[in-house]
Amino acid sequence: MLVFVEEFGHQDCVSFVPENAFLRVPSCPLWLNRSWMPEEKIRVLVAKPGLDGHDRGAKVIARALRDAGMEVIYTGLRQTPEMIVNAALQEDVHVIGLSILSGAHNAIVPRVLDLLKKNKMDDVLVVLGGIIPNQDIENLKHSGVAAIFLPGTAMDEIVQFIRANVKPRGVPTSS
Amino acid sequence: MPDHKPSKSKIEESPIAEVFEGRHPSAAEKDWAENVLAPALEKSPERPIGAPTGTNLDEDGHARFTTISGVPVRRLYTSADLPEDWSYEKYLGYPGQPPFTRGIHATGYRGKMFTMRQFSGFASPEETNQRYKYLLKSGGSGLSVAFDLPTLMGYDSDHPASEGEVGKCGVAIDSLEDVEILFGGIDLEKTTVSMTINSPASVLWAMYLVVAENQGADWQKISGTIQNDILKEYIAQKEYIYPPAASMRLVIDTFEFGSKFTPRFNTISISGYHIREAGSTALQELAFTLYDGVEYVEWAQRRGLDVDEFGPRLSFFFNAHNDFFEEIAKYRAARKVWYRVMKERFRAKNERSTLLRFHTQTAGVSLPAQQPLNNIARVAIQAMGAVLGGTQSLHTDAYDEALALPTEDAARIALRTQQIIAYESGVTQTTDPLGGSYFLENLTLKLEEGAADYFEKLDAMGGMVKAIERGYPQKEIAEASYQYQRAVEAKEKIIVGVNDFSVDEDPHHILYIDDTVERHQTAKLKALRGRRSNDEVQRRLDALKAAAAKDPGGVNSGDISGSNTMPYLIEAVRAYATVGEICAALREVYGTYTEVSVT
Repeated sequence: MLVFVEEFGHQDCVSFVPENAFLRVPSCPLWLNRSWMPEEKIRVLVAKPGLDGHDRGAKVIARALRDAGMEVIYTGLRQTPEMIVNAALQEDVHVIGLSILSGAHNAIVPRVLDLLKKNKMDDVLVVLGGIIPNQDIENLKHSGVAAIFLPGTAMDEIVQFIRANVKPRGVPTSS
Repeated sequence: MPDHKPSKSKIEESPIAEVFEGRHPSAAEKDWAENVLAPALEKSPERPIGAPTGTNLDEDGHARFTTISGVPVRRLYTSADLPEDWSYEKYLGYPGQPPFTRGIHATGYRGKMFTMRQFSGFASPEETNQRYKYLLKSGGSGLSVAFDLPTLMGYDSDHPASEGEVGKCGVAIDSLEDVEILFGGIDLEKTTVSMTINSPASVLWAMYLVVAENQGADWQKISGTIQNDILKEYIAQKEYIYPPAASMRLVIDTFEFGSKFTPRFNTISISGYHIREAGSTALQELAFTLYDGVEYVEWAQRRGLDVDEFGPRLSFFFNAHNDFFEEIAKYRAARKVWYRVMKERFRAKNERSTLLRFHTQTAGVSLPAQQPLNNIARVAIQAMGAVLGGTQSLHTDAYDEALALPTEDAARIALRTQQIIAYESGVTQTTDPLGGSYFLENLTLKLEEGAADYFEKLDAMGGMVKAIERGYPQKEIAEASYQYQRAVEAKEKIIVGVNDFSVDEDPHHILYIDDTVERHQTAKLKALRGRRSNDEVQRRLDALKAAAAKDPGGVNSGDISGSNTMPYLIEAVRAYATVGEICAALREVYGTYTEVSVT
């Protein structure tokens, strides 16, 4: 049946919603997603915090993750940490992908991580993409960011990372 | 009975079929194809590229040769790739003459070299002022101000939304005081200054005009550019504040004010740069930008402005991406299309209204973080394309663009790259030296045709504001951007050091901006609010709000509308009202915009 992969993978999923609502990107059929438990799709919140409007990366990644069989919710622009964590809670996501190019990561990312802890959502995998200076990477990882993807990272690398590191719901994590 | 189905001719089945498809090769070209090309292909077939997961494959699963925008490219271009009625006079014309294919100046760069204008701004106005002096001392011929995100979004440095963003992507400007510091010791009558500011453009321009006036500079003589292109914000860059109609009104206020008081200042730079950075194709960049131009002219005419009054002050801003010939074709096509738009659609009489003058910046989006020194080569190629395309001014990106704002070394190499092109390469000695190349002329014509198709679609939607509200250009760009990314991952498009030729490397030294700027700006704001007359500020803001709420209506040629916001903005900034306070006042009148999200 996998002959249909290409057809489903490229369906046109453009939707229009107001900025303050969340855009749910329909994902591919379940059976496309082979390395994850077949009964549960990986749910990802792609979020664009801060004042920056450069959203090419966030949008491309949102589509790539969807094409890889995940269920993707894109928040739109200018989300505060509170809005992001609230959306992650409401949508019961496994992964939060933050896109930050403006240099505001040191102000934003720790607040997102704190709020996740406060809401007992430590099991949510947090990944970060954008322009992040080397000297900040270690600190961010230390505070709980699972991976940082710099410009030029292949979409597939991000997909593989998420598949390999996402934590299933209801199963105690080893760490 | 034998099967009489006509068999395909030998040529149709052969690898040289494309020589004959849709074109009329000369007898000599046919002869070459059959006797030279065909045997050569048989002996050694062309290299296959890409992976079977790619986006533009032939029947063997190999990627086709295309430009970076996905336009198919032939292996050879000859006169058979030009229109049958091709003639030099009909299609090209001479430099400085309609339709300006070969440039707007009769003498090319011999008369006036392109302006080397490096986009720069970071941290505090004090630090940026030092960088400006350094750039001017190093031979830069104009300034270009990069503002930080809070300024671009109309927030002061002490606003909660500004946390972590102050001075990071550009210089932080809160009040007239900061602009005074920014241009301290720089003669604004002699230096042309470009400011990349959009939603709050008129506020920052008002500050600039007051600083120039206080320096003793004559408004009639100062020159420069405010970007002020709100349409591309809704399409691509996304730094909008107010809804489209209110934003357009503020833009037209600056056209009206500028054509009367600052005749040498470009009140807009209609920008394709950001559209391309958002992932568009070269054609989309060309078509959406020029159509944005159409929209501005229509709004200005509705105000009652004469196209020949403001037309000469419209300027453009394009991207310089990696695909060398496609980019050069884009600039040449842009001049031709704009000439026709102004002449035929808007009946401009003044030839200066029909000239497309443009600034170019090399493509930040094309510069990866991996092996960043390779970006010096990319930038040189891109800049060369812009110069061969006849740009009036140029910014070359620093090689560390994907890592941070440029270090002083990286900024200097970027400027030196322009100087090497200008003074060593020899390309500036001859006007449009690639004109007449079969390949380039074919690409130029294709881009013109493609732009005409987009124009038709946008006209049918009722113009650009309507198209934006439907999400049309946003959707076109998102699709192109995703297709390109897939082509990269399938290795149809190779990015050296990223999807091929990669190595492990050590971290590079970058310019690191910490949070002291935020504290510095916040302290300055506190002091300012304690020093100035806050009653005076409130009166000026109230007067501004009253003007902004009124319909500016039509005006007689040469006058400005009684409710044009510019004079009120100038009075408000003179009283040291801040960017955040002024934008908050306008938010009260106009409200804010939220976009339709497209992925």
